[in-house]
Order: sequence, then C-alpha cells, then structure tokens
Amino acid sequence: MATPARKRRRPARLVLIGAWMFVLGAAYAAVAPTSVQADGGVPAEIASGKAMFTTNCSSCHGLNGEGTSQGPSLVGVGAAAVDFQVSTGRMPMAIPGAQAPRRTNTYSAEEIRAMAAYVQSLGPGPEIPKPEQYDPTGLSEEEIAQGGELFRTNCSACHNFAGHGGALPNGKYAPSLVGVSGKDIYEALRTGPQQMPVFSKGALSDTEVRQIIAYLSELHEVPNGGFTLGGLGPVSEGFWTWVLGIGGLSGFALWIASRGARAR
Amino acid sequence: MTTSEPREVERIHPVADPGVEHHVERWTDVDEAAANRVTRQITFMFGMVPLLCIAFVVFYFAIDRSATVDFAGLHAPAQHTLMGLAAGMAILLVGVGAVQWARLLMNDHEQVEERHDIASSDDTRKEAVAQFSAGVEDSGIGRRKMIGTSLAGALGILAVPALVMFADMGPWPGPGMRRATIERTVWAEGVHLVTDVTYNRIKAAEMEIGQLINAQPEVLKEMAHDDPIQFQREKAKASIIIVKMDPNRIKVPKSRTDWHVGGILCYSKICTHVGCPISLWEQQTHHLLCPCHQSTFDLGNSGVVVFGPAALSLPQLPIKVDAQGFLVAQRDFDVPVGPSYFERDSSKDYQDGDE
Repeated sequence: MATPARKRRRPARLVLIGAWMFVLGAAYAAVAPTSVQADGGVPAEIASGKAMFTTNCSSCHGLNGEGTSQGPSLVGVGAAAVDFQVSTGRMPMAIPGAQAPRRTNTYSAEEIRAMAAYVQSLGPGPEIPKPEQYDPTGLSEEEIAQGGELFRTNCSACHNFAGHGGALPNGKYAPSLVGVSGKDIYEALRTGPQQMPVFSKGALSDTEVRQIIAYLSELHEVPNGGFTLGGLGPVSEGFWTWVLGIGGLSGFALWIASRGARAR
Repeated sequence: MTTSEPREVERIHPVADPGVEHHVERWTDVDEAAANRVTRQITFMFGMVPLLCIAFVVFYFAIDRSATVDFAGLHAPAQHTLMGLAAGMAILLVGVGAVQWARLLMNDHEQVEERHDIASSDDTRKEAVAQFSAGVEDSGIGRRKMIGTSLAGALGILAVPALVMFADMGPWPGPGMRRATIERTVWAEGVHLVTDVTYNRIKAAEMEIGQLINAQPEVLKEMAHDDPIQFQREKAKASIIIVKMDPNRIKVPKSRTDWHVGGILCYSKICTHVGCPISLWEQQTHHLLCPCHQSTFDLGNSGVVVFGPAALSLPQLPIKVDAQGFLVAQRDFDVPVGPSYFERDSSKDYQDGDE
C-alpha cells in the first residue's frame, strides 16, 4: 500500500541528506579555527614558539603557560619578559634555587622571538622594545644628571648607589648593573623579573628610562679610583686593614726591634 | 749586689735571675768595611728622596689628568697612582734609612736608668701645708666671713649667663610643639600623590600588579623653589611608596578596607626603627626591607614587622582616586611617621591581627 509512495520519496530523501551534509561541511569549513598558515608568518611563529615552549618551559610554567607549583603563570607577562629572561640565560632555569642567575644564552634570536610571540599571544604584556626606547645617545648633560637622580631614588635601594648590586633576604640578590645592556635594563624595568618591582611607563617614561641607562653607562666608564674589595663594606675592608695594614706594621716593628747581624 | 745571703727573690723562685744578657757587638762595630757599606746604603736611601720628590712634581705637571692605568684588577687615574707611589716611597725611605742608621751605626751601649718615687718628700709636703695655712690666715677670711659668703654667691650666679644660652637650642619640645612638627605631615585630604623627582600625578588605572612607585605629595613641588629649608623638613616626613598587589593575595583588615584602591596601597617610606628611607621591596613576597638594619615589613599585611629591630608597623596612608582617576590622599597619617620617641602614643599603631 505505502510501498509506491516510499519508493517515490527515497531519491528525494537522498538528495536532502546530501544537501544537508554539504551545508554542514561548508559551514564547518567556514567557522573552523584556521590552522597553521605558511604564508601568514605570525601564526607560524607563534606555532613554532608554542612547540619550543612545550619542550623547554612547560614543565614548570604549564602546557599553556598557566603556571604550576614550580613556576609562575606567564599569561600577561609579555614578550619583553621572555626576551629578558631567555636572552640573559636566566631561563630556562638550570636548577631550582632562590633566584635564577645570569648565564650564557644558548638560543638564537629567532627562537627567542618565537617563544616571546607565543607568550605574548597568551595575554597582552610589554612588547620587546625598539632601540629608540632604550638607546641613551643624544641626551644632554642635564638629562643624564636627572637620570642619576631617578636612579638614586628608584633603583639604588637594591642595586646600590654605584649600580653594583646588593643582597636580598634568603639568598636572593639584586644583580650588578655593570655591563648590562640598555635593552636588558629597559625590559627588566617594564616586566619586573623575579623579586624586582615593575616600573611602568606611567611612573617612568621611556625618556626617563633612557636617562637612567645613560647615567649608568657614564658612571661605569669613569675610573673607580680604588679596589671595591667585593663591595662588602666594612667586612672586607676590615679584613684587608688587619692582614695587610696591621700585618705590615707588625713586620716593621719586628724588624726594628731585631738586633740585626751580630759578630759572634 | 755582693752579699753571701740569698736574696728574697732567689728564695721564692727556684730559677735564678739570669741578669742582663751578655752584650754582643754588631758586625758594623767590629768591621769597618761593613760599617762603610751600611753608611753607603743609608746615604743612597736618603739620596733617593729628592729624586722621588722631583718625580712627584714631574708627574703632577706631565701626566694627563684623564689618563688611567690598569694593574692588578685596578682601574685607576694614572696621575694619582704615580704621585702616590713617588711620595709614599720617599717617606718610606726616610723612615727606613733613619731606622737603619739607629740600628747599625749609632752607639750600641746599653744604658740603665733607675726609677724614683713620684711622691714628694715628707719635708716638702709639710712645708706646702704650712705655706697654705699662712695664706688663709693672711687673707682674714676667718674673721671677715661676709667676704667669703659674697664671693661664693658671685661665683654661683656666674652660671646663669652660661645656662641662659641653652634657650638657643630651640623651643621647648612640649606636646604642642610635637603636634605641630613631628606628629604631622603635609599630607591632607585631596593632596595628589606624585612621582618623586619628576612630580607627575599617578593614574590608578595605569598601575600594574607588582609595581612600585617612590612618591611625594604634590605640594612639595612649589615648596622646593619657594622654601628649600621647609621643603627638606617636610620631604623627610612625607616621603611615601605606592605598591600595587593582587587584592586576593593580601590581608586587608576591616578597618582599612577603604584605605586602598583596588590593591594599590600607600605606606610611609621612613623606617620606624631609626628613620632610613626604604624602598627595597620584593614584589613576590610583598616584603619591604630596610637596608640599614634589615628591618622587614610585610606590605601585604598592613606593614607589620616580620623581621629586624623595628618595633612599630610601617604607617599606611589612606588613599582614594579623584574625579580624573588620579591617586589622592584621604587625610594625613593616623600615627606619627618615622622612629619612635619617649612621648609617642603608640596605641593607634597597627598590630598583627588587629581588625
């Protein structure tokens, strides 16, 4: 009874299903996330950065940079933080400790850029600075002097008045700034690595950062005029006074009191 | 000492007094050639001194002041280094030559000088007392007592002109004086927080978590030009640090919930121990360390002391934002900033666990 009708409908149903599948497929193709595009450039850099991140960083910072008990979240730290930490060899950290020390960097500039681009894609943060943001050339003497005032106000509490660094509690320390590049100083100020506070553009403009960098490079070019003795203050100074100063005077006293050659 | 009886010291001590060591002559005493050689050495040392002094003068004029020398890890100005070496060697040679002269050529005879009593003889002391008594008798002070009394009064009153000068040390530091000076700062309702050195106002929205700003009240900007002395006085008390922390990672007591702006907290920069300015802040632990004596304050817990000699919490300044979003003070500090003093009322200072 119904058979002829069914037979008539079957081709129509097949056409309908075919059309529906086509629509679904087209719609999926349209809304599906675009995968790696070789011609796009930027996404490819992020993808290779993610691959390097998974290999080198994720054991402490998590597979998506969300942070673990071993390392902080990297969402929002920005490309400048990656460039600073990796290009100075501080990251990846060789051994867990109070603080990551400066080491020789083993990554190429492209590799660091790729990882930085990936971390920047996790959440916006400070970008890697351009040379005009940290290059100190072209500043007047007055501006460099103001850089000194800014340095003594904002930086000397931890990094010492001469930028030689200093101790922090529990084995941590503020590193010496002698020979540190302007780019590293800029990135450290903007990102606040480890225990260092952030100094953002609102409080310290790019020009003022350049003044500080200029002051430091000028300060470290001037002859120091003496031994720093490790910069430890009275401890090492007292040690040398006792050993060399008083020791030398004792030697003279013994020589004066000795009888000299005797004609036996 | 030629007596057959053993001396007292010999009876007590079993080892006999060895006496003065036998004198041995020096080579220079017995050998004229050795003495001449030493003479030439000493003369050479003294003769070098003028040459070194001339070298000092030459170094002073001839060497470029900006020239430097590098030796033994030292990077030093060349002129100062060479002048120091020349002058130091000259003085050393004078000394060494003089010592050699005394040791090897001057008379080698040993001499003994006996000590004598310091006290005067009894006769001398009796004579002195007699002369003093005669003088007192002569002055007549025993009979005319008024002179003695008036002299004592005259000498006593001489202290007044000296003591009155102490008024120059400043006003009497009573409660009113303290309230007008060390117990207040220039912070007041609506005073803007500005960056130190550059005097820029601070937008609350532009601060990032982990940020530290060394700041001052905006009123100091005018004062720096108009009244430099007052500026120094006020800056010493009003200096502050502003930090921004994750509001979920800090402890804020109920009484201070409206003292911060979304995790932006403001504290006095003056250590409560002996008043060093502190801005050594660890952004991850929230600890502020004083470089002078290692007092450590927890800025994530109302500035309580977690280590070191300081006894009082770091005073916190209540802040808010104005209509344009800039940070301003709500009022002055509730407690005096800086180190404590005897009369200070410390009942209002925050203690760990206060509500």
